[in-house]
Amino acid sequence: MFRPRPDAMPATVPVIVEGRLVHVPPGASAAAAVLAAGFRGIRETPVSGSKRAPYCMMGVCFDCLAEIDGVPGRQSCMVEAQAGMRIRRQIGARHIDPTP
Amino acid sequence: MERFDAIVVGGGLVGSAIAFGLGRAGLATALVDEGDVAFRASRGNFGLVWVQSKGDGAPHYQRWTRRSAEEWPELAAELLDRTGIAVGHRRPGGLHLCLGADELDERRRRMERMQRQSGNFGFEYRMLERDELAGMLPGIGPAVSGASWTPYDGHANPLALLHALHKGFVEKGGRYLPNTTVHEAAAAPCDFRISAANGDIAAPRVVLAAGLGNAGLAPLFALDAPVRPQRGQILVTERARPLLGLPTTTIRQTVEGTIMLGDSQEDVGFDTGQKPAVMQAIARRAVLSLPWLRDLQIVRAWAALRVMPPDGLPIYDQSERFPGAFTANCHSGVTLAAAHANLFAPMIAAGGLDPSLDLFSARRFDVPTAS
Amino acid sequence: MTRVEFAIVGAGPAGIAAATLAAELGLDTMLVDEQGSPGGQIYRAVERARPGSPLGPDYLAGAPLAAALRASRVEYRPGTGLWHVEPEGRLYVAAAGRTETILARRILLATGAIERPVPIAGWTLPGVITVGAAQILLKTADLVPEGRMVLAGQGPLLYLVAQQLVRAGAPPAVILETTPPANYRQALGALPLRSAGVRPLLKGLLTILAVRSAGVPVRRGVCGLHAIGGESLERVVWDGGEIAADHLLLHEGVIPNVQVGLALQLRHDWDEHQLCWRPALDPWGQTSLPCIAVAGDAGSIAGADAARLSGQLAALDAAMLLGHIDQRERDRRAQPIRAALGRDRALRHFLDRLYRPARSVLAPDDDEIVVCRCEEVSAGHVRRAARLGATGPNQLKAFTRCGMGPCQGRVCGPVVAAVLADALDKPIAEIGTWRPRAPFKPVTVGALADAETADW
Repeated sequence: MFRPRPDAMPATVPVIVEGRLVHVPPGASAAAAVLAAGFRGIRETPVSGSKRAPYCMMGVCFDCLAEIDGVPGRQSCMVEAQAGMRIRRQIGARHIDPTP
Repeated sequence: MERFDAIVVGGGLVGSAIAFGLGRAGLATALVDEGDVAFRASRGNFGLVWVQSKGDGAPHYQRWTRRSAEEWPELAAELLDRTGIAVGHRRPGGLHLCLGADELDERRRRMERMQRQSGNFGFEYRMLERDELAGMLPGIGPAVSGASWTPYDGHANPLALLHALHKGFVEKGGRYLPNTTVHEAAAAPCDFRISAANGDIAAPRVVLAAGLGNAGLAPLFALDAPVRPQRGQILVTERARPLLGLPTTTIRQTVEGTIMLGDSQEDVGFDTGQKPAVMQAIARRAVLSLPWLRDLQIVRAWAALRVMPPDGLPIYDQSERFPGAFTANCHSGVTLAAAHANLFAPMIAAGGLDPSLDLFSARRFDVPTAS
Repeated sequence: MTRVEFAIVGAGPAGIAAATLAAELGLDTMLVDEQGSPGGQIYRAVERARPGSPLGPDYLAGAPLAAALRASRVEYRPGTGLWHVEPEGRLYVAAAGRTETILARRILLATGAIERPVPIAGWTLPGVITVGAAQILLKTADLVPEGRMVLAGQGPLLYLVAQQLVRAGAPPAVILETTPPANYRQALGALPLRSAGVRPLLKGLLTILAVRSAGVPVRRGVCGLHAIGGESLERVVWDGGEIAADHLLLHEGVIPNVQVGLALQLRHDWDEHQLCWRPALDPWGQTSLPCIAVAGDAGSIAGADAARLSGQLAALDAAMLLGHIDQRERDRRAQPIRAALGRDRALRHFLDRLYRPARSVLAPDDDEIVVCRCEEVSAGHVRRAARLGATGPNQLKAFTRCGMGPCQGRVCGPVVAAVLADALDKPIAEIGTWRPRAPFKPVTVGALADAETADW
């Protein structure tokens, strides 16, 4: 739940967050895109399923883990949003298909 | 000076299992331990309760290990009941994966040997070819030629085990005395005194279970514990949904969902540093075994020092000069925890080791004089 | 394997200043940083900043630093994270999924500062972030919190960010200042009276005044802070007050980011003034390991200007140790730098005393409060394990899982140490530190398996 400030940089980078299209300025992180798209939480913990959102925005807390372009478990605050990037929330423990 | 019925030196998996057993047998026991920063082999353990690899050429070790594995479910249940801590023990049987035909042949021969050596005690195993293995383990890699399987193997959470043993010990009235490194002791038959951090303690029985520290401590009690460090490294992944129903010697999935990858055997003295080359070797073997592991993130890793006797087999001994002094040394603190709590500790309480443990005495290292 | 003379980790003011000076002095210098552009956190995204930014002139003053880095001969590696380092000078880094080994004759850790954890009830709820995080969202994405926002805590950054948010059109609904009343008395005795300390002090006061005159209410001496909500933040409650809120921004100062230093097992001391662990350093930043130095906030919290200056000192020392200048020249060049550093010190003492966190910030009283966010371990669980005999953070990790999550103790380490200290009735200085291990940041099994290792 974040909004652009008045007189913000033009938000020219389109990304898709949980199927929702949102634009962010160049240099914004994937985590910022999730917050800009109106989501409160970005993941559910594998320990208890608690909802979490980015806390530190600088790569220390690991609460911003998200699936980016199909790769889960990425620190989304450390990944710069690129045009067409697909970001999904990370729900619980990692799903792996051993025999794709 | 505080008096106890028994003093155990060393609060790792070996010491705490023995102390737990002694306390359970009604002995007032003091468990002496170092501080937060110590070698602590127990904190580095992989967590296997493993039988199939033990005792090739030494059937007494296979028997002792099997007996421990049999006692394990009961120990786990008792710990849960007494402390509320679930140590995560599961015993679905275990696999030793082989890459390539040579490894599989060598493994097959080893299993055959162990079965022959076991005599009437028996040793049940199966050699699995790829196809059958693929049904038990998802997504095995093309390099995997097969595996050996025995029903005796399982795994548990070593740290939960340590926690539970400590808790069970303390809650039954045991005294835990940390921040003590024992340098000197006064030893007399059935009368031992040790300086702990907060004062001197004495008991008619002492058990040296101080891991690598035993090498220096043992002579004080006219015992011999020639253990040396052997480094092992482990990688741990992020939590994943349950994927691996069976543990293997170098890959297992924990109850929490993390997947542990091991291992290495490095002769580097007391160096607990990590080596990327070794970490990579572990990662490579893991990926060859189960290619789908590639995408999992390694979240942490460590290096720890195993307590390694010269032939890899445990050393159990009692002092002849100072009756009442015992020592226990091994690198399989998880696997043997049940034996230590349920079989070894009662021997200490009764005053002497069972003759079935004679072959584990350090006397086996004495070089016979030329005759 | 890449060989360099001087490898610097961290492209904040300390790292950039060290790198550019070192390169000027002729050292073959590499600067690695996990962020995609220079500036660290304090000058994050400064290259994209526009004049008139709500972040203000002090932030924009970082732009020339970044420009100097770009113009220098430093081999600058952005987007490059450190996952292991060996005491003899080898760094193992990863960039875009590929790993690389760097062999350096000397290493400088300029890893900066992190927010002190503020473990209050509900601090893991979506909607609760650090004040620094809000500032980063403003710097990097021009985003401000939507809805009702509360700021809580103390320290210069609190009011600075409040002012920046006001300027960005998102004034906080209230500021809850947690400065314990006793701090004012303590700080009074350390008031910086010489002009060097007075100017920044006045600037700070003006910031506070500006925020208040913008109509932002302030409550002082706030205790008992709670964040309440179901799936996300709904209310903020404190002793004697409460307010419905969508965002809670927390701040209780910053502490050195000691993660790499602890992994190297450098000697660390507990600083009783700044209430944090910091590496033991000589006046040039030399640590207890011969080829490793630390500069900037990673050594002790002193702000951006002091960071820049300490980076320069480390570069001078490196230049001497690596044979590029002699000791006389090192000392001659260092003199004005030390004079400038000395001028900052008085203000720093004052701020340390004024904004000393309450004891409950270090060790939360309520047993239910989560202290390890990754593994969701409560303060009560830590206390019970301590009573059982866990004598330090490493035993405690074994018993409770604190520190086993991906953050490897970065966030929970200080809190766990303080809770342990209380439970064992010992000073924190005696408790000891946790031991982070490689990989410092996660790497996939595949990336490790595939890494080029001719030189491993």
